Amino acid sequence: MAQAARMFGPLATRAAPLVWFIVIILMTFLGLLAITFVIGRVVPIDPVLAVVGDRAPRATYEAARLAMGLDDPLVVQFFRYVGDVVQGNLGRSVSTGRPVAEDLARVFPATLEMATLGIIIGVTIGVPMGVIAAARQGSWIDQIIRVLALAGYAIPAFWLGLVGLVIFYAHFRLVGGPGRINIFMDGMVPVRTGLLLVDSLIAGDMRAFRSAFSHIILPGTILGFFSLAYIARMTRSFMLEQLGQEYITTARVKGAPERVIIWRHAFRPIRVQLITVIGLSYAGLLEGSVMIETVFSWPGIGNYLTTALLNADMNAVLGATLVIGAVFITINKGSDLLYRLLDPRARA
Amino acid sequence: MSLLHVENLRVRFPTDHGEVEVVKGLTFDLGRERLGIVGESGSGKSMTGRALMGLIAPPGRVTADRLEFDGIDLRNLPESGLRRLRGARMSMVMQDPKFSLNPVIRIGEQIGEALQFHRSMNARARKQAVLEVLEAVRINEPERVYRLFPHEVSGGMGQRVMIAMMVVLQPDLMIADEPTSALDVSVRATVLEILDDLVRRRGMGLILISHDLDMVARWCDRILVMYAGRVVEECAAEKLHEATHPYTRGLLASVPQLNETRRRLPVLDRAAIGAGT
Repeated sequence: MAQAARMFGPLATRAAPLVWFIVIILMTFLGLLAITFVIGRVVPIDPVLAVVGDRAPRATYEAARLAMGLDDPLVVQFFRYVGDVVQGNLGRSVSTGRPVAEDLARVFPATLEMATLGIIIGVTIGVPMGVIAAARQGSWIDQIIRVLALAGYAIPAFWLGLVGLVIFYAHFRLVGGPGRINIFMDGMVPVRTGLLLVDSLIAGDMRAFRSAFSHIILPGTILGFFSLAYIARMTRSFMLEQLGQEYITTARVKGAPERVIIWRHAFRPIRVQLITVIGLSYAGLLEGSVMIETVFSWPGIGNYLTTALLNADMNAVLGATLVIGAVFITINKGSDLLYRLLDPRARA
Repeated sequence: MSLLHVENLRVRFPTDHGEVEVVKGLTFDLGRERLGIVGESGSGKSMTGRALMGLIAPPGRVTADRLEFDGIDLRNLPESGLRRLRGARMSMVMQDPKFSLNPVIRIGEQIGEALQFHRSMNARARKQAVLEVLEAVRINEPERVYRLFPHEVSGGMGQRVMIAMMVVLQPDLMIADEPTSALDVSVRATVLEILDDLVRRRGMGLILISHDLDMVARWCDRILVMYAGRVVEECAAEKLHEATHPYTRGLLASVPQLNETRRRLPVLDRAAIGAGT
């Protein structure tokens, strides 16, 4: 026994924070469900009417209300709702006629694919740009970032989308038009992940891959531009703050070359801050850019949510809200984990 | 033989109200000895140290009639030349290890870096050298401290790590800029003792910058007293009490003594000082 305690003792102390971490995530999800549940109850849309129609006789209405469990205490209703969600049952969408879960499984990957492309562009270009701008304050690259940041704030996404379509699609025929893929190939690629680029590769269909790529590149780049402008600006200001620190002088005193000063001594400490910024930016993109999705007829979650809202399709609205909330929680907790990995001070 | 020749060193910074000169024509020589620079905040003593290391970044400007380190003219030395000197032949210990050590890099790696920049040696030899220098600054468990992050050690130990980092390459000149001001009084003497011991044993030149007259008098051979960017007094440490300049006299007079009773301590008479310079 004692030996077992000695063996599992350190394991238990190491596992305890992980268990705690999981408990916190579950609690957060429960909180999210409570909020969507309350929203579902307070909106002035009668869920019974939505099912039976507004010409149903009183008796039918009452029967439906009972069948839907709407006369139960709110607590009972809430836990029934939680049970349904856990089983993946989000109700049926009034406007599409399909289960909301099925709809979301279709539209969310479309947004995920575009947002991921956007964040990849934003990080791979934005971070180095911000670092260089801070290292060479006042240089041409610093000026470019200033202009980009301003443009990122000032230019509306739909305008950039339309202008992009006019130039690169209508005029030069360099990219595909609206939609995720050429309409003749729509629905031809067997769905595995829901990400067209990945699915077409799995199917080995290079023609479909090229078509999907030419459709996603323009909206993806536009999203990438907005996240790049934000990430570069934040990186620049984090780096400037670092470069004024005393330990940068220490590194200079040791005779460190400029490259080491910038990438090891100044960049390493800001990785944690950058993760927050990148995580937030990614979460924002995953929420679905309604503007971009509308302009590009992109069947993503932003589009789905807007349509559902306009049709008072509550099940769909709550389902989409739940997905977006879950994305935020996941990204938040993911960056928490990365913090611990990257910052020795957060490990204690 | 003289290690450092400084003649008419000036440091200027442009401001909205025109250029401000923070060091106004400093001249001194340094051999392999311990020189103390004392003065109040804003007297230009720290700026002098940074100017010697070539750490005044534009728009600050450094000029001098002569600025030589071991026969090398520092005035027009390109950054790459300065980089070869820094850490290897001249180094600097700063005030507060809380800020001067990088929070996300392990102590061992931070000390090893200096070796990495200036010597080609493999990782194992480098680690060995780091452990040795940690021992030289009287750290008991060098293997353990090697793996720690700066926030995991005390201020006194942090400053010893800083000293280790700066002496690992056996430089000829060491500048210590208020090395104990941020430390607990109880560990100040230990840190200074370690510093002093290393400086003497390795025959380095030391510039100890401080506002503490007693401390400088105790640990240095020679003292420069700076006031408003100028040297107002230069004397041997043991002759400090014979100082003649009104500023030095004023400073000495305002140090309280243990075995006395005075209703008020005298304060500096700045008008008299102005007349003296």
